[in-house]
Amino acid sequence: MIQFYNVSKIYKNKVPALLDVTLRIKKGEFLFLVGPSGAGKSTLIKLIYREEVPSRGQVMFNGKNITRFSSGEVSRLRRKIGMVFQDFRLLPNKTVAENIAFALEVTGASRENIRQAVPLTLAKVGLAKKIDQYPAKLSGGEQQRVVIARAIINNPVLIIADEPTGNLDPDTSGEIMKLFQNINRSGTTIIMSTHAWDIVDRMKHRVIRLKNGKVEGDEDSGVYNLAT
Amino acid sequence: MKIAGCTTLLLNTMFYACREAAISMVRNFWMNIVVVFVIIVSLVILGGAILVVLNADYFASSLESDVEISVFLKPDLDQNTVLEIGERIKDTPGLLEVEYISKERALEQMKASFGERAGILKNLEQNPLPDAYRIKVKDVNQIAALAQSFEKFPGVDKVRYGQGLLEQLLLVTYWVRLLSMALVIALGLAAVFLIAATIRMSVLTRQNEIGIMKLMGATNWYIRVPFFIEGVMLGLIGAITAVAVVSWGYMELLQRLEVAVPFINLVPETAVLTSVLVVLLGLGVLIGATGSLISIHRFLRV
Ligand SMILES: Nc1ncnc2c1ncn2[C@@H]1O[C@H](COP(=O)(O)OP(=O)(O)OP(=O)(O)O)[C@@H](O)[C@H]1O
Ligand SMILES: [Mg+2]
Repeated sequence: MIQFYNVSKIYKNKVPALLDVTLRIKKGEFLFLVGPSGAGKSTLIKLIYREEVPSRGQVMFNGKNITRFSSGEVSRLRRKIGMVFQDFRLLPNKTVAENIAFALEVTGASRENIRQAVPLTLAKVGLAKKIDQYPAKLSGGEQQRVVIARAIINNPVLIIADEPTGNLDPDTSGEIMKLFQNINRSGTTIIMSTHAWDIVDRMKHRVIRLKNGKVEGDEDSGVYNLAT
Repeated sequence: MKIAGCTTLLLNTMFYACREAAISMVRNFWMNIVVVFVIIVSLVILGGAILVVLNADYFASSLESDVEISVFLKPDLDQNTVLEIGERIKDTPGLLEVEYISKERALEQMKASFGERAGILKNLEQNPLPDAYRIKVKDVNQIAALAQSFEKFPGVDKVRYGQGLLEQLLLVTYWVRLLSMALVIALGLAAVFLIAATIRMSVLTRQNEIGIMKLMGATNWYIRVPFFIEGVMLGLIGAITAVAVVSWGYMELLQRLEVAVPFINLVPETAVLTSVLVVLLGLGVLIGATGSLISIHRFLRV
């Protein structure tokens, strides 16, 4: 589904965030992206939904070179991907329901559809009661779950979650992981960056380990840290 | 099936776009009031000017039948020269009808118009009237120019037309046309730039939102349309108000004039008002669309 060919990303400050990364991700996979802070996990993710373009190399999605996509093709690509942003990116002047509905509206879904899907999806992340709240009134963990709901609402073929459990208590993060697991069983590919070693070790999925912008390890059913 | 799917998709999208435009309009309420006010003022001026010009033209054309150019010839020209001048006049483009009135006929006509008192004319020793051509023109606006050209013909003594009334009327409509045109263009441009400024403001206040929409997969089209709708709506609201003001004003004027000066007849309301309405609405939409397109083009590089 996704291939990286010798991808490097150098930001304007000349720091290489990714260096010569080559990897392939198959459809239906559940993949953890681990590594210390600043290793390049978010950068790798941004290259997939094309918030960033690689400085060198190519990124392919379903056999198409997305580095050459026109803006219309980029929009279509993004509508296939559910994004959980590390920094949330919720709209402060829209309610939880409106924030989530947003992701469906851009696809041209009907209001009827949206009216049904929003509470259903919020229930899945355990936020049914907060449907009419504004994001500022929610705790960090609740905001994070709103972001997750927004990512899964339009049944994307790929979910990319950048540290989706970073603000969650162990119980809630366990719930979210179960939710991701179920979504993955129905055929959706999931890429998740995380520092939560316990989750990685418990779930026994593929692990790609990044360090200083390079792929240091890539194992099926891996663990967070090889040394332990 | 597929086409139906496409149209509902489009309808949904249009609904969201209109909703976003409405939200944005409420958010920039005071700015929008100013913009709409400027549009109203410029369109009311334009509408008023159109009505004045239309009425002047209408009045002019009602005078037109009475208005002819009379070309008086010098006395004691021989018959050939008189005919030659007639031919030259007939060769001039833009004329409807040329009639030769010999001095004898002129005298006859004068006698006829004097009726019972025609006796006064009986004791004339000789006919004091000149030979003349009476000319009807196609376009009253051309009358002054034509009269001037006839004046230069050799053998022509004097040229008369319209007793000056028509000329003055035409001069008035000329200035009304010119001034209102200048004013409307200036105000129209101001309105366009004000619309551009409001749209710019709503683009800037929604920068964050636009960025997130893009990441959710919104197309450029999807992001731009609400701003376009906002601009067009502002133009339309201004135009509708202006149309209401102009038609109310005109009908009021018609009623008052009917009572005060019944012999002046203005163009009846239905005929004029529909055309004015169409012009104003069209222009309002054009102003709104242009203004918003300018800002979308300059500040919405998505
Ligand atoms: N927009 C940017 N402009 C400049 N440098 C950037 C930008 N984004 C990231 N970087 C740099 O690129 C490197 C990799 O950053 P990245 O966000 O990919 O790390 P990360 O693995 O996601 O870290 P974390 O676990 O803290 O989220 C860092 O050194 C960071 O300073
Ligand atoms: Mg990161």
